[in-house]
Amino acid sequence: MNRTEILDELKKILAPYTLDKEQLAAVNEETDLIRDLKINSANLVDIIIDAEEKYNVEIDYDDAEKMIVVGSCIDVIESRLKAQ
Amino acid sequence: MSRRVVVTGIGVVSPNGVGVPAFLDAIQNGTSGIKFMPLYEELNFSCRVAGKPDFIWEDLKKYISEVTFHGLKGTNIGYGITAAMDAWADAGFEYDTDEPRWDTGCIFGNSVADTEAMKNVITKVDNKEVRKLGSRVVEQAMNSGVTSYISGRLGLGGMITTNSSACATGTQAIMMGYDQIKWGASKRMLVGSSEYVDPYVYGAFDSMRVLSRKFNDQPERASRPMSATAGGFVPGSGAAALILEDLDYALDRGARIYAEILGASSNSGGQRGGGSMTAPNPAGVMKSVTDAVTAAGIDPDQIDLISGHLTATMADKYEIQNWTKALNRSGKNFPLINSLKSMIGHCLSAAGSIESVAAILQINHNFAHPNINIEDPNPGILELIDEGCIPLTAVKKDINILAKANFGFGDVNTCLIFSKFNNK
Repeated sequence: MNRTEILDELKKILAPYTLDKEQLAAVNEETDLIRDLKINSANLVDIIIDAEEKYNVEIDYDDAEKMIVVGSCIDVIESRLKAQ
Repeated sequence: MSRRVVVTGIGVVSPNGVGVPAFLDAIQNGTSGIKFMPLYEELNFSCRVAGKPDFIWEDLKKYISEVTFHGLKGTNIGYGITAAMDAWADAGFEYDTDEPRWDTGCIFGNSVADTEAMKNVITKVDNKEVRKLGSRVVEQAMNSGVTSYISGRLGLGGMITTNSSACATGTQAIMMGYDQIKWGASKRMLVGSSEYVDPYVYGAFDSMRVLSRKFNDQPERASRPMSATAGGFVPGSGAAALILEDLDYALDRGARIYAEILGASSNSGGQRGGGSMTAPNPAGVMKSVTDAVTAAGIDPDQIDLISGHLTATMADKYEIQNWTKALNRSGKNFPLINSLKSMIGHCLSAAGSIESVAAILQINHNFAHPNINIEDPNPGILELIDEGCIPLTAVKKDINILAKANFGFGDVNTCLIFSKFNNK
């Protein structure tokens, strides 16, 4: 799975947690989950759980803390997928 | 100086009607909301009927954001949000606000979180999958979940709390909101209660052998307050909400006023003098009524209608006895009395708020709703009050003053006195 494919899937995971559909449609690697997508910080946990389920990977607490912008989310998911 | 308190908005999610127009139509016509529950047969319950609102979960999206909706599982919270938002809009207020509404609080009661939804939590923890629970469990497991969702949606900035006093919860929430305004702490209060009787809570009541079990094949006849064949109550689920306002505040904005709360009282029989965890001390019941009447500054003879607790057990007769003594009225001199539970069952913590919305509608539309399922009135009750006091069909009548009481496990009692609004 390349970065573009991961991004497409990630957008689906993020969708239920943001009301800003325009920002979601325009998501790029620099998009900040909290600042740009206005996601409630408490929901980051839910996004990580959804991503774990989607990709069938385990994201530990240290990796989870890196998932601030879309690009870093993709980094974490990519590295977890490669580690499999 | 104490302030006058009026009701300016109502919302309801009842087994026999979701939304005020449907509910009003149902209580005028004596429409039952009790249905057969195939799951309860499967689970070997003795009682297999229940009052459950025809609630469309997706409709919650009309009230809360898609993000809030995603992950909302607590049925009681869904009912509560719906009743509260409907009441708020009914009072003529907008949902959205940028600033907190400092002058408005919320007291919304319930008894237990949705155990059916919590089952998923228990299973995950037991399976060592606690990491998968996510962020939305705590807010729905906490008793104040329902008030948190409501106050968050509306930006309420006054006192926000959740009360719980078993079957007296709803009436008590209304009284507590009334007190907030009466003594000047708030201008507006959103009050009410919600209950979802899931199979686990229902099962626990079933095991106490206090539920109706002889009418499983005739669900609409199963809830029989004041009848000779009253053989236990039928559990019900739902919610209701009221908007209470300081009278001057309501008049200044030209609000439609449904009714005034003249007085209220809440107490406990102390689980003494015949009272226990499950039975009321008659002295406590009578005191709650007389204290509410005194607080309201009315004469007991002015009461036109009693909305009783009357759950359809042996205790109905004792309740009537307590009313006759507390008001010093009996026989033909007793007021009209009705029990909404004949139509919707016993909605536990939500009973008081749903029944209060029914009370307000009866005051507003000048009628006493029927008691259904009393083709065989309890002879012990007819020794106390005249048959004519127990309407079997809707009675058209000016209801100027209505007494509403609920009594709950833990020997707790609350009585409210509602009246037509008269600006004198």
